[in-house]
Amino acid sequence: MNALILLLGAAGAYGTALMFGTLGEVLTEKSGNMNLGVEGIMYMGGIFGLIVPNVYEMAVGTGNANPFVAIMLAVISSFAVGAFAGALFSFITVTLRANQNVTGLAMATFGTGVAKFVGELRRLKVGGYVTLSNELKFAFDNHFMPQFLKDIPVIGRILFNQSEFFYLAIILAIAMHFFLTKTKTGLYLRAVGESPVTADAAGINITKYKYLATIVGGGISAVGGMVYTMTTAGCVWIEASLSGTGWLAVALVIFCTWRPLNSMWASILFGALMIMYLRIVIPFFPTELYKILPYAVTIVVLVITSTRNIKDKQPPASLGLNYFREER
Amino acid sequence: MQKCVIELKNIEKRFGPVVANDGINLQINRGEILCLLGENGSGKTTLMNMLSGIYQPDGGEIYADGKPVAIRSPKDAFDLNIGMIHQHYHLVDVFTAAQNIVLLDEDGKMDMSAVNSRVSEICSKYGFDIDPKMKVYDMSVSQKQTVEIVKILYRGAEILILDEPTAVLTPQETDKLFAVLRNMKKDNKAIILITHKLAEVMDVSDKVAILRKGKYVGTVITRESDPQKLTDMMVGRTVSLNINRPEYQNPQDKLIVEGLTCLNYEGVKKLDNVSFTAKTGEILGVAGIAGSGQKELLESITGLYPVKAGSVRFINEDKSETELVGKTPGEIRKIGVGMGFVPEDRLGMGLVGSMGMTNNMMLRSWRKGKGIFFNRKNPEKLARKIWDDLEVVTPSTTFPVRRMSGGNIQKVLVGREIASNPPVLLTAYAVRGLDINTSYAIYNLLTDQKMKGAAVMYIGEELDVLLELCDRILVLCGGKVSGIVDARNTTKEEIGFMMTSVGGIKGGDRK
Amino acid sequence: MNTNLKMPLIRLAKRDSLKPSVVWAIRIASVVLALLLGMIPIIMAGKNPFVSYGIMIEGALSKPGYIRQTVKRAIPLLGTALAIAPCFKMKFWNIGAEGQITFGAIISSAIAIYLGKSLPSFPLLVLMAVAGAIGGGIWAFIPGYFKAKYNTNETLFTLMMNYIAIGIVRWLQGGPWEGRKGTQMIPMFPDAARLPNVLGIYCGWIIILVLVVIIHVYMNFTKHGYEVAVIGDSENTARYAGMNVGWIMMRTMFLSGAICGIVGWMLVSGANGTLNSDVAGGVGFTAITVAWLSQLNSFAMVVIAAMLAVIGKGSATLQTKLSVPASVADIISGVLLFCMLGCEFFINYKIILRGKSDKEVQ
Repeated sequence: MNALILLLGAAGAYGTALMFGTLGEVLTEKSGNMNLGVEGIMYMGGIFGLIVPNVYEMAVGTGNANPFVAIMLAVISSFAVGAFAGALFSFITVTLRANQNVTGLAMATFGTGVAKFVGELRRLKVGGYVTLSNELKFAFDNHFMPQFLKDIPVIGRILFNQSEFFYLAIILAIAMHFFLTKTKTGLYLRAVGESPVTADAAGINITKYKYLATIVGGGISAVGGMVYTMTTAGCVWIEASLSGTGWLAVALVIFCTWRPLNSMWASILFGALMIMYLRIVIPFFPTELYKILPYAVTIVVLVITSTRNIKDKQPPASLGLNYFREER
Repeated sequence: MQKCVIELKNIEKRFGPVVANDGINLQINRGEILCLLGENGSGKTTLMNMLSGIYQPDGGEIYADGKPVAIRSPKDAFDLNIGMIHQHYHLVDVFTAAQNIVLLDEDGKMDMSAVNSRVSEICSKYGFDIDPKMKVYDMSVSQKQTVEIVKILYRGAEILILDEPTAVLTPQETDKLFAVLRNMKKDNKAIILITHKLAEVMDVSDKVAILRKGKYVGTVITRESDPQKLTDMMVGRTVSLNINRPEYQNPQDKLIVEGLTCLNYEGVKKLDNVSFTAKTGEILGVAGIAGSGQKELLESITGLYPVKAGSVRFINEDKSETELVGKTPGEIRKIGVGMGFVPEDRLGMGLVGSMGMTNNMMLRSWRKGKGIFFNRKNPEKLARKIWDDLEVVTPSTTFPVRRMSGGNIQKVLVGREIASNPPVLLTAYAVRGLDINTSYAIYNLLTDQKMKGAAVMYIGEELDVLLELCDRILVLCGGKVSGIVDARNTTKEEIGFMMTSVGGIKGGDRK
Repeated sequence: MNTNLKMPLIRLAKRDSLKPSVVWAIRIASVVLALLLGMIPIIMAGKNPFVSYGIMIEGALSKPGYIRQTVKRAIPLLGTALAIAPCFKMKFWNIGAEGQITFGAIISSAIAIYLGKSLPSFPLLVLMAVAGAIGGGIWAFIPGYFKAKYNTNETLFTLMMNYIAIGIVRWLQGGPWEGRKGTQMIPMFPDAARLPNVLGIYCGWIIILVLVVIIHVYMNFTKHGYEVAVIGDSENTARYAGMNVGWIMMRTMFLSGAICGIVGWMLVSGANGTLNSDVAGGVGFTAITVAWLSQLNSFAMVVIAAMLAVIGKGSATLQTKLSVPASVADIISGVLLFCMLGCEFFINYKIILRGKSDKEVQ
């Protein structure tokens, strides 16, 4: 039991990065756009979220950097690069009407390429690891909740021994849930993803909604990449370590059945499955195989929802399809 | 307040060379139910689509409250308080009724309790019965239709257009809908009902406007009219087409259909206990209002549509019988039952749009050929033969058929289906959208097949053609066989009645 | 009545057809644009882009040794693109080539590991190839089955299957097949399980070139290829013609996976000599873009796969010579793909500005 609590507590860090990645993609897919480039987007978020504070710290001099400013810069810069990727994806698929799967895959290639390239250039420039001072590192991975909360049995370690980004992600998940279910704009967005014909007939501007959802979604996913670099990876750029996180986020979107609230626990569960091999050993079950569990359970979810045809848990009906009014 | 809300003057609409509407005049009044009556393809839906902003007219004027207006989009139509319920509903499946309704609301806020109470208010006012919190995917067809109507009422529609709303309803549901329409009429709304069911017209309408082949025939007051008069106006005078109809000696039974019953995926009966026999050397016409089960009939014979009950037996050369129900199209082909089938959806079912003539010929013969390879030589020969014989206009036999004109597409399809001289030839709307010359060319091809001893079935929409081309006519009404008549000894009126009510209106009712 | 009153500023209309020369001009322009955009990162790295491109081409093609390495990069890319083509023709979005390659490689490796010392080379290699094909085929068949039976979303299913296959290799690498304890590596295969070299490259290139022709013939001259093309256009037409759509779907997926499996076999037996979790190394994804951009034409795939291989090998040289990070290859490839994807729009659609007469729409 204790091991499990420790595991879940530790899973929170990786789970937070996943949660951002997932929430962004949920928003994108709700508009009917399937952006398979999350891997590339999170990579770009991961490097830009590190480099910009790094440049800032070097500009003002180590010790003079304001942690809050550094965090804001990280969030804003990673969001911006993800939003750019979302805009590019929308331009190619919505405006130029190219195939979404193929464009998304190209985005994955492009994004990882950009991230690795920029990371390498910066490494050459600073002559060593791209990283931050310990003071800023602490600010990024600040488990700021008071000790007495952390001391609460069971939930204390899981819920209160987390960085600020964890709470930001939780707030974002709840906000997104509220947005999608309780606001008019959210309803319009879902209508666009479910039935563009209906949305079009109701006078909803499909292009605008697809662009906006994909841009904001890309931004949120990219913040996830930044969170990974700045917390789990300890503010150091190691290009291989982020690999696979974006694809896991795509899997999570399915596992959550496109619901932001589910991402709160599902991200931690997936995070736990990914690090479980370090902490828990089940006899006769090779630890390396733990890592395929997230994908296996996702497939199970996908198969069950399609064989049972559970309407509420299906992907948005127009997911991956482009909408052309003149061809309806 | 003026009584007349919308007036159409001299409306004209063309699609390429086809004139869909020509010189249409219409007055739409408050507190009145107007039926728009006409056969398939008479231009009813096209006309109403111009009111709802989907099409723009090519000529004529539209007046709203006496002022000329241009309706360029569905939104413009809403702003004029015009709302249309299309045959295909625009609903989001995973939303509740209320969520669907609120999509049309321009107000930025979303106060679901206020929406729910307004929906309930509309429902109680007109006698609708829906649960605003019910998801659309849990609804029956009639409930979905109700949501569509409530949706446009919620948006403030004063003029409601319903495109064949009863086509998908049971008689009880139809009664309920009409009750609601009468309530709306009392509330001073203008209602336009597109239909071709005479009984309904007589039941619910105040006035009837009749269209025929895109032209405006006239408007009559329902009380002062009767089904006979309306049928006459709808089908027009019998026109002689001079289609050649030779007689075949000694016809034999070829296809025996007994008790055929089919349900669609929603469980609605599309064919109900259909029985008939198709004979060699005759063209068996099938008449009926659109959606009376024509498509399902041919598709269930060819193994494409699931059959709930009944049998379809093919009589072989040696008089033995082969049961076709329960077999896939591939199996039917494999056991050597030759059937040609010209489906209604030419590019979606009969042909591959992205391929040229040759590759389309192969749809029927791709299994022939050595080993794993297909044989393109014979299809190429056939394609060239059809290209010449039927005067298909195309730059080459590899030119994608999707880019040919409708008439040429149909020639390719019919040409292929008759190429093997199949003992049974099934055709659905074989001349829809074709010009006169091409139509006659198709009639001749079908008659040739008949004289070669094929059992031909011809689903048609123009009664004049059915009367002159076919030997016998089977009339479908709501999935049931309304009757089978000898084409040489019947009249347009008789068939018209049988189309609108099973068995036709009995002798006593006729004037 | 003036219906042109409020026409939108820009309208789009489908083009009937463009002259081939114009089509090619647009495509070439898109490649040129991509190369221009690709200069941006090089300039950011403080290097002369023209010199850099020169070095890239030199590094990829100037010596037989370089060419061999470029070809080595192109082999799996081309093979996988060929594998995906039938699926995409059927509009079945198989993005699981990565996993199909990997699983084929696993099964193939199993033969090498367990029988490598007891069988002579030729039968061993044949057995490995067959095993690889079956492995990849099964890996693709599973999502194909669920798509045919339950309409399960194939894009997401095949995507997930990738990571399961890769995870299995990770386990094998550190577990049952691990060589020296703690290395996390599978030992090199015995020589009998290695593909022989021809002209200095493992002979997979011959197999792939044969495959180019086979797939071309399969897609254009066989009954199977015809069935696949009909289903891709309209499932209803396929049923009308008497085709068993579900069965054809599963069969085509198996075939596609089997070719991926063969690619996996060539990678372990030829290129690497052993199995590791990075055996597919993203090839499965890049190949999808190769197949799509070639519009599923086998011969065009050769050209595009070669282009991407040149960029890949060239930027490796660029890194050693000018220390421009080799990941510039991914950027240039990505930009190239974006430009080529986008340019199809200008080939298929015509843009009509307001005020021009309607006749142009026809």
